[in-house]
Amino acid sequence: MHEPQISRRSIFKLVAAASAAGSLLPAGAEPPKPLSKHVNNPFSDPDYNNPTIPWDKPMVASELATLTVLVDLILPADEESPAASAIDLPDFLNEWVGAPYAENREDHDTIRGGVSWINTHAYKLHGREFKDLAEAQQTAILDTICDPAKAAPELAYGARFFQKLRMLTLGGYYSHPATWKALGYVGNVPIAGPYPGVPEEIIKMLGLEGL
Amino acid sequence: MAILTDRKSLREYDVIIVGSGAGGGMMGMLLALNGVKVLMIEAGRNYDPQKETPMFNTPDKAPLRGKGTQDRFFGHYDATVGGGWQVPGEPYGDKPGTEEEFWWWRPRMLGGRTNHWGRISLRFGEYDFKPKSRDGLGFDWPISYTDLAPYYDKAELMVGIYGSTEGLENTPDSPPGILQPAPKPRAAELLIKKYSKGLNIPVVPIHRAVLSEPMDGPARAAKLFPNNPSAQRIVGNDMSMRAACFWATTCGRGCSIRANFQSTTVLIPPALQTGNLDIITDAMVREVMMDANGKATGVHYVDKITRTDAIAKARIVILSASTCETARILLNSKSALFPNGLANGSGQVGKNLTDSVGSSMGGHVPELESLPPYNEDGAGGGHVYTPWWNYKTQEKLGFARGYHIEMGGGRYMPGMGSLAILDQKAPGVYGKKLKEEAKRYYGAVVGFAGRGEMIPNENCYCEIDPNRVDQWGIPTLRFHWKWSDHEINQATHMQNTFAEIINSMGGKATPKPGKEALNKPGEIIHEAGTAMMGSDAKSSVVNSFGQTWDVKNLFLMDASILPSNPDKNLTLTVLALAWRSADYLLDEMKQGNI
Ligand SMILES: Cc1cc2nc3c(=O)[nH]c(=O)nc-3n(C[C@H](O)[C@H](O)[C@H](O)COP(=O)(O)OP(=O)(O)OC[C@H]3O[C@@H](n4cnc5c(N)ncnc54)[C@H](O)[C@@H]3O)c2cc1C
Ligand code: SF4
Repeated sequence: MHEPQISRRSIFKLVAAASAAGSLLPAGAEPPKPLSKHVNNPFSDPDYNNPTIPWDKPMVASELATLTVLVDLILPADEESPAASAIDLPDFLNEWVGAPYAENREDHDTIRGGVSWINTHAYKLHGREFKDLAEAQQTAILDTICDPAKAAPELAYGARFFQKLRMLTLGGYYSHPATWKALGYVGNVPIAGPYPGVPEEIIKMLGLEGL
Repeated sequence: MAILTDRKSLREYDVIIVGSGAGGGMMGMLLALNGVKVLMIEAGRNYDPQKETPMFNTPDKAPLRGKGTQDRFFGHYDATVGGGWQVPGEPYGDKPGTEEEFWWWRPRMLGGRTNHWGRISLRFGEYDFKPKSRDGLGFDWPISYTDLAPYYDKAELMVGIYGSTEGLENTPDSPPGILQPAPKPRAAELLIKKYSKGLNIPVVPIHRAVLSEPMDGPARAAKLFPNNPSAQRIVGNDMSMRAACFWATTCGRGCSIRANFQSTTVLIPPALQTGNLDIITDAMVREVMMDANGKATGVHYVDKITRTDAIAKARIVILSASTCETARILLNSKSALFPNGLANGSGQVGKNLTDSVGSSMGGHVPELESLPPYNEDGAGGGHVYTPWWNYKTQEKLGFARGYHIEMGGGRYMPGMGSLAILDQKAPGVYGKKLKEEAKRYYGAVVGFAGRGEMIPNENCYCEIDPNRVDQWGIPTLRFHWKWSDHEINQATHMQNTFAEIINSMGGKATPKPGKEALNKPGEIIHEAGTAMMGSDAKSSVVNSFGQTWDVKNLFLMDASILPSNPDKNLTLTVLALAWRSADYLLDEMKQGNI
């Protein structure tokens, strides 16, 4: 068999480097001559490796402080994975609500309006804004709004806010690699040779023998 | 990677090819390997997969966690440059009275859609070439499976395809020594197979343009180019430098180790090494230029960077700008000799437009909950599929022709929507308990997508919009569409089948009626038919080699020439047809006929 000029093993290393900066030019090919302008449009032709976020993050410090408390109540730290705020979920939410797309514009109102709502609600109940309450007071409020099917009608707005915030927090949190091992995602690593397939343990569990 | 030609020093060319995707890339490579001087003109920008592919980048490094948006439909990292359903400054529209809105996918990059396609590569079967003879609908091809089979062999050897041979009806096997082994199925795929068995629905390895092992370049090249030592050397070396898939990352981002097929990683590099191919990018062709005798002399294009008009000349012109764009160029190339557009003596240019029938469904499967983790990335796409299995009962189904099913499930790289299921399965839960629920439900879903054959009908076509030009001053297309009952009933059948499988797996699925469940026309991105091949000039635009009946030195080489659009995603067939046409064209050139 004809040996490839770059062995598979070194390719694995090279690829990691190439996706960051360099390239893997085939022998004999010439480097590109920059006659073509890279018509960079951050929306339709982004720089894959150094993307910019082409819109503003609208939320201010006080809103982010409330969200910090909220996202950590939704996804707190444990032995296996970080608290949501530790991977800067509030900043992600700020990026999310600033985006120009219809879905994000709607979420903008739900999230910012919801932060104000929960602070007003906390004030009415305890005379303080949400983030300054004791944790037991905070979870007592969340328990009244966390399930939209069970929330009292006068808390419907809070329930809708929490439902949206919970789903955005779940999405933002588990799409961050710091959470993957705990979740059970172990991919995004190269494997040499044939694809190994399903471990025997799982074949047995699911009765997949002989398929 | 591309050697871009300085526009001021263009040479004399034998052939101009418009477009650098599947059809243009294959044509360009084969002609260049045979000593023909080729100029390839591409509307998109230069694109270097080896430098630009964000293979291992994680969602947290991208805007909105890499999620799909109106601007980037398949997500931030998807290898679609400069376009998608909309290209800034290049609109298209719907003809008043249309029942459906057509969606037209266009990138603007070297290699076209081959950079981000799904790599599913199925041969059309013998029935697929003679559909009208079988059920009276649509059009027969002027060639049969046996005419194209040797070219499927070549295209598959060149591209590198994994798959298996199963001996199934109208689902041709490749001869021994061509396919590479299919990767083992994942857990969800095996579980689908287990339950589908009980429903008599086959699940077999799919064929995809991904290398499951390294290529033995010299051996393959010797088979492909027996009498051409320089082609053997160039292609043989280049093939051997492609690495095998390392079972990580998704193919839609492109593949910087060249394990999957892209025109930019497989066809253009060896073509450039011949020294016979020049490429200019950012050049949008408006029309084909003609002389007084009705011969094509070259093309007229807009240099997008300077916004100036330019001309390129050659003895032969090949349009490979993709199905609808090739029709657009022909229809815009009007002259006294060709008042209805070029090569349109039959009046068929723009007509007979089809796309695959598409419908999909997802479902939760309790057995997949809380499985021990293992690496399920695999080959960046499906490992198995269901070929159409109802040939024997076709007459009772209420629609002609069939569909295949693409399927998957399990624990892929988490993105924004990966835990959406918790909205229903674990409402109200927060705190540490929510993390438990996330672990339990992550990956416990399966999904099915049907891809079926649409029959051409007179209500589905594109034409030039009389009132609109794009930012380059080129008249735009507008579309007209109406599904027939065949497609609607087929989509209903898909929904019922998917629900049946999901329910048999312990899930709960409710099928939708076909009309509601049908994807948009164009949404499956398998457009075909706008410049159909046929056996005479009255009823078709080109002969079986893609040569237009009306203009001898004008060829079309993309899916516009397909007379039918079987369920078997069409790109492999475009590649095989390109090979057959290249052989014909080389021969005609040698004989001095063109
Ligand atoms: C997300 C996705 C998934 C897909 N999955 C599959 C699959 O699994 N299997 C399958 O078989 N097919 C699949 N397809 C379809 C496949 O990509 C196309 O069939 C194939 O690329 C068609 O090749 P082409 O040469 O006709 O056109 P393209 O690949 O689109 O190339 C055409 C090129 O011409 C250029 N061009 C257009 N107009 C002009 C002009 N006026 N002047 C100069 N240049 C021009 C374009 O910029 C483009 O680069 C998929 C497509 C997409 C988008
Ligand atoms: S899955 Fe394999 S073929 Fe696809 S991009 Fe990754 S390495 Fe390349």
